[in-house]
Amino acid sequence: MVGNAMSNPRGLDARLVVSRGERFTLDVSLSIPPGRTVALLGPNGAGKSTAVAAISGLLPLDEGHITLDGRVLDDPAGDVLMPAEDRSIGVVFQDYVLFPHLTVAENVEFGLRSRKTPRRVARDQAIEWLERIGLDDLPDRKPGDLSGGQAQRVALARALITEPELLLLDEPLAALDATTRVDLRRTLTDHLSQFAGPRMVITHDPTEAFLLADEIHVIEDGAITQVGTPDDIRLRPRTTYIADLAGSNLVHGTAAHGIVTTGTHQLHIADTHITGHVLAAIHPRAIIIDRHQPDGSPRNVWEATVNRIEHYGDRVRLQAGGPLPLTAEITPDALNDLGIVEGSAVWISIKATEISVERE
Amino acid sequence: MTKRMDSSDRRKRRPPVVLVVLAALGLFVFVIPLLGLLARTPWRDLPTLLASDVVVDALRVSLIASLGATAISAILGVPLAWVLARVEFRGRSIVRGLVVLPLVLPPVVGGAALLFALGRRGLIGEPLNQATGLVFPFSIWGVIIAATFVAMPFLVITVEGGLRNLDARYEGAAATLGAGRWTVLRRVTLPMIGPSLAAGLALTWARALGEFGATVTFAGNLQGRTQTLPLAVFVALESDRGAAVALSLIMVVISLTVLIALRQRWWGTL
Repeated sequence: MVGNAMSNPRGLDARLVVSRGERFTLDVSLSIPPGRTVALLGPNGAGKSTAVAAISGLLPLDEGHITLDGRVLDDPAGDVLMPAEDRSIGVVFQDYVLFPHLTVAENVEFGLRSRKTPRRVARDQAIEWLERIGLDDLPDRKPGDLSGGQAQRVALARALITEPELLLLDEPLAALDATTRVDLRRTLTDHLSQFAGPRMVITHDPTEAFLLADEIHVIEDGAITQVGTPDDIRLRPRTTYIADLAGSNLVHGTAAHGIVTTGTHQLHIADTHITGHVLAAIHPRAIIIDRHQPDGSPRNVWEATVNRIEHYGDRVRLQAGGPLPLTAEITPDALNDLGIVEGSAVWISIKATEISVERE
Repeated sequence: MTKRMDSSDRRKRRPPVVLVVLAALGLFVFVIPLLGLLARTPWRDLPTLLASDVVVDALRVSLIASLGATAISAILGVPLAWVLARVEFRGRSIVRGLVVLPLVLPPVVGGAALLFALGRRGLIGEPLNQATGLVFPFSIWGVIIAATFVAMPFLVITVEGGLRNLDARYEGAAATLGAGRWTVLRRVTLPMIGPSLAAGLALTWARALGEFGATVTFAGNLQGRTQTLPLAVFVALESDRGAAVALSLIMVVISLTVLIALRQRWWGTL
């Protein structure tokens, strides 16, 4: 196990096996080189929190190993278990878990003070970090008085100030409202790119995974069900869960007056106020497929060719080419009724209200 | 014509009369003894009574014993609460039962048990006496031990509750930031259970101050050495009613002052 890690001493290498009672066992393998962001994407109860706890040192492994830059953090077979405080892993917890009785500055300097850094030095560095995250005007606030976005930045600074060797983000955007999420995603992307070590994002939100990660590991019921780039996962989902959750069509474009322009194509959307660069998401099941030009209410109607047909049990995914390549999902019965084969010409229609748009 | 109502009046519905009457009777249960005490207070002689040897001695013994018992409860009770809340071991429910036993045990029985254990002829008291010459009964230490026995459960229960309600993720977060177990305890756990700790200390101290049965059984009733305020009141009722009232008044004033001070500081929601 450990020998395996030695062949790749830089970054994180882990096989996490943790049993929770008789019914649930987490068993996932992960390898993250420095400078790379890997997302662990899965539904609640899939074992994501268990993985976070195991890597950060709050839960011992039952089997497997964790090595970080060649250091063995946990190895039940070799009877090695490094306590959390010695692991040098920066964790941004879900809901941030800022210490409510300490001020913002005291929260940020906590890691340094725990390492016996002199009070003065720690405070100076904390102030420096607060400047970097744009919160240097509130060092004496208590976390309870911060907005969700501010709290997230404080949590990030608190984790990064100790210069950890791995950055672990647990549902970093889940606690935020939609507008804050957009701003913070950008902040987060910046900070992630400045962090040289391996980075790991745990999330149940596919959009978060697509935008932050270089590589996505999908976790379902304690096991990894698919590994790939965001495009791999999105376009070629291997399980129904991924198809449902992560299979949305994402379209980058520019919005104005209720229209998103992407390349030469225009999409009508319900939101007439949004402007600028946007990301439009269209669920495959929201796309209606016809053989003849429909005359209903949908605002977006165009003709396209079916390039590829993939069967997933009780549903079928069609990859449509044409002006805007999209993935649509229909039932096998519908496929038969419509007599669609690869190469068929079809009409695509999408109601404007089925397109969700977020500023990018 | 319908009566016009202010919007704030409309929102306040009149509470049921029966409940209000019963609540008032409930309050009288607390107020009437106090009124009786105040009615019998010899206000003119009060300064002299308060300065008498019996009162001053009892006040001194009571303060030393109750504060000492509170301090010992904090030093031993917080770790006990931590172990009960955080360490899983066989027989934990038995240990918890032993801890709360003094709450339901008649204090006199507790005092008798202490006598059999720590008395001059007691199980531990005898060898301890032979080895060190220490004697607990009829000494201030006896008073402190008796008070600790009956009062520490309040601290353990309250602090254990606080620890159980504390989200363990805070301690986990501190650990990932490089804090060792002592640092976590000192900088995260204890400050975060501060309100529980304060409430526990206050209840412990109040119980220690009012302790009677175990003290009189185990430590005796020697003025200046083991006679606390409650013991002095009991004795004075037989001999000098004025002194009994004065002593009682002191206890009421001390208790009320502490309660009100704590309420403003910590017990906002209690």
